[in-house]
Amino acid sequence: MAKKDEKIDYVKNGKRVDGRKVEELRPLTIEVGVIDNADGSAYLEWGQNKVIVAVYGPRELLPKHKQDPRKAIVNFQYRMATFSVPDRKNPRPARREIEISKVCSEALQRAVFAERFPNTVIDVFVQILDSNAGSRAAGLSAASVALADAGIPMRDLVASTGVGKAGGEIILDLNKFEEDAPDAVDIPIAIMPRTEEIVLLQMDGLLTTKEWKKCLELGVKGCKQVYEVQRAALQKKYDAAGAVKGKEKKKEEKAAKKEKVK
Amino acid sequence: MEPVLWALKTDKVKAALKEEKRLDDRALDAYRDIEVSNEVSKNAEGSARVRLGKTDVIAGVKMILGTPYPDSPGEGTISVGAELHPMAFSEYEFGPPKPDAIEVSRVVDRCIRESKTLNFKDLCIKEGEQIWICFIDLYPLNDDGNLFDAFSIAGLAALIDTKIPKIEDDKIVKGEYSGKLKLARQPLLSTFAKIGNTVVLDPTMVEQKAQDARFSVATTDDNYLCAFQKGGFGGFTGAEIDSCIDIATKASKMVRKKL
Repeated sequence: MAKKDEKIDYVKNGKRVDGRKVEELRPLTIEVGVIDNADGSAYLEWGQNKVIVAVYGPRELLPKHKQDPRKAIVNFQYRMATFSVPDRKNPRPARREIEISKVCSEALQRAVFAERFPNTVIDVFVQILDSNAGSRAAGLSAASVALADAGIPMRDLVASTGVGKAGGEIILDLNKFEEDAPDAVDIPIAIMPRTEEIVLLQMDGLLTTKEWKKCLELGVKGCKQVYEVQRAALQKKYDAAGAVKGKEKKKEEKAAKKEKVK
Repeated sequence: MEPVLWALKTDKVKAALKEEKRLDDRALDAYRDIEVSNEVSKNAEGSARVRLGKTDVIAGVKMILGTPYPDSPGEGTISVGAELHPMAFSEYEFGPPKPDAIEVSRVVDRCIRESKTLNFKDLCIKEGEQIWICFIDLYPLNDDGNLFDAFSIAGLAALIDTKIPKIEDDKIVKGEYSGKLKLARQPLLSTFAKIGNTVVLDPTMVEQKAQDARFSVATTDDNYLCAFQKGGFGGFTGAEIDSCIDIATKASKMVRKKL
């Protein structure tokens, strides 16, 4: 790691410290349907971040006094594996994890047609296996794919990314090195891409209003890139499933024809 | 209060807002009356009581000697805690902090920390060995909505009031002080409730019960933004966020005059 007082160019000749462009996400892949027992699931890799998500529900919420007779409650639980950070993390949920779980639950609650499933809970378990800045965006983006995989009706997917500032430059999807810049500003943002409605927004660091406007524009662009990857991942699973079913059908038809000929 | 009674009251809030009116006749972008006083506790290094309309809160600061984190040997630190004490509202209860209490204290923490109003290097006594940890603890006495802003005003007022204890032989000398805590700027939160398609500043409890979503923005006296937090089940448009930032920048200037 560079010394704190050392001057670093966070963007030089249009390239960042890891070679990315200002508006470029780290490599992002999503796989749908990775946990057999779950109603829906997803695995996501985003740069060094690795996240696995399982969705259970809608199912009866217990104890009963926690139930809402008007809607389902989305219960997003973000946890970091003990080995997912440079020092071992205490397995007890930290205040940070509790806050992230709260704001991400609220973000997904907006997307889900929760009023269709009164008195239930939709559990979304998010486990961070490896991290390098942006793990809540990774967890939230993976979670909305897992919800879709569980067949839960939604207004839209929720796509999330980090955006912010390092060394005076407004950049998309900060990595840990950039997040540790002395003037770093980190803005996790999540939108429902069709309407661009903001469902999660946090920020820390010193920013001017003008810089914020640039961040918002870049953040929305980034979320839309994430959205494409999310959709492609879902399409891949269900196209593949459709293709298999199609093949099986053809086989059956062939077999039936043979039977007839006989 | 029973949920059904809240539902009746929130219906009134929503009906009034359709005509851009609030139940307490405030403008959509106005704070309630604010009163700030100090000297809540002589044992505290700094303290403040803030009344924001009927919301009433207390903040106290204790300066404690500690050892620095290994990754920042030359820096002191702060710690913000909030306890949603059952005396303040019928829905609060004792026990380990719930997500609501954790969220509000972490947002107030970010507002103070990220504004860089405190130079953490000044809070270092001996590099790698001894630092100040500035504990800012927040208690509601009566919650009539918008604890976020009440806590943030009280926290800042308590910090402004804070004296640094005198040290002799690596120990604190009780009751003697070496000077005041230095603050570089004055960060304050401004919190908005979105109710239907209307956004109001400084929601009361009943407005909070009616809200679809919440947005807090921290602004400084030198016109920086230093923290955001969106909460609640609804969403905001980019234009609504921009309008909140504009209103917060203006409204927080009025609040600073009370400090």
